[in-house]
Amino acid sequence: MKNRLLALFAFIVLFSFVPFANAATPRQQTSKTTKSATQAPRHGLSGTWAPANGAGDGIQANGVKAMPNDGKPEHQPPYTAYGLQAFKSHHALEGADAVLPGFYDDPRDKCEPLGFPRMNFYNLRETQILQNEYKTAMLYEYGTAWRVIWTDGRPLPKLAQGGVLINGEVKEPRYYGYSVGKWLDDTTLQIDTIGMMGEDRVWLDTAGRPISDQLHVVEILHRVDRDRLEWSVTIDDPKMYTRPWVAMDKFPMKLEDPHTDVMEQYCSPIEMEKYNTLFGNPASGPGSRPQGK
Amino acid sequence: MKREVIALSALLMCISPFVSLSAHHGTAAFDNEKKITLKGTVTEWFWSNPHCLLRFDVKGDDSQIVHWIGETQNPVTMVNGGWSKASFKVGDEVTVTLNPVKNGLPLGRILTAELPSGKTLDANAGIRGNVYK
Repeated sequence: MKNRLLALFAFIVLFSFVPFANAATPRQQTSKTTKSATQAPRHGLSGTWAPANGAGDGIQANGVKAMPNDGKPEHQPPYTAYGLQAFKSHHALEGADAVLPGFYDDPRDKCEPLGFPRMNFYNLRETQILQNEYKTAMLYEYGTAWRVIWTDGRPLPKLAQGGVLINGEVKEPRYYGYSVGKWLDDTTLQIDTIGMMGEDRVWLDTAGRPISDQLHVVEILHRVDRDRLEWSVTIDDPKMYTRPWVAMDKFPMKLEDPHTDVMEQYCSPIEMEKYNTLFGNPASGPGSRPQGK
Repeated sequence: MKREVIALSALLMCISPFVSLSAHHGTAAFDNEKKITLKGTVTEWFWSNPHCLLRFDVKGDDSQIVHWIGETQNPVTMVNGGWSKASFKVGDEVTVTLNPVKNGLPLGRILTAELPSGKTLDANAGIRGNVYK
């Protein structure tokens, strides 16, 4: 009797962890006989995803993919007066308004957390997505950073006093914000995020575009088929921008082999210091091309 | 003279905070139109973020040794391109092609590196990809 109880207990413990490993697995297994092998699973994003056009596509060194800071007027975000002032106060190393290498102040190179949504807009590389019935976790390669999106039907919190209001309590702003996801159809997940760290702590992108504590980000992740995912991001920040604008438009990701070993890509102050001493500082010395706003 | 020393000190105090920020450079530092090829001996292969660094000594026509440093991409990109932490060891004879920096110092961004085995590593292989359609 005791052995049977132990076996039952072990069975329950084992299966209680299976859904988080891959929520779509049962659905995928039952549908295998009826659906095309290349069809997207219903409400399934689990897997390791990488930029379909190669790793270089996700670096976005000159700013967000859909609106790089390349000097073209059509790629200028619709700044408010305050937003433009905030942008000009940032000294980016890349893009049409880059400053001399010795005079930039990107928090990235102080090994500060990239924060959200910049983690979508800088070195977007192999990204692991894990789901269960309550939440979707996204594990980013750069910065070995992760974020959690609630998909249990809860409402998006409301902005309050620089943070968010949850169950009557004001919660602190977070580098990666507060995210809630809902399925628009079988293969399209909308993620709404608010409550991020704003100006002075997190930049929107490597070109130095600003965000504020009023930022609301809307992401659409559409799984086109089993092997493809398209990722769009809209920025809505009335403090910095006069209207919502698209920063990433159907950015293509491809499904990797599930055995893919994702490396760490980190910012180490020790390595950064040695790099700067040996190379960064002397390379940035007299003779470098001046640019700047 | 005293006034000049004070002025110089004030100037250095103003500049020093910015000098300490000097760091991870952008593309502006390199002469992308210029490629040079150097034969040298590896003294260090520094596998690190934000960029890996290959230090190697090159003997000039006057027999003087010049200590060169070439940077590559970050480790993740280099692994994607077939490089590794074990790609070089101290004492290896290598042939390096790079874009030098504009200011004339013996620094540059590596394009390719030929190993003692004759194998050539492409520093940009890890960031290329096929176009998604």
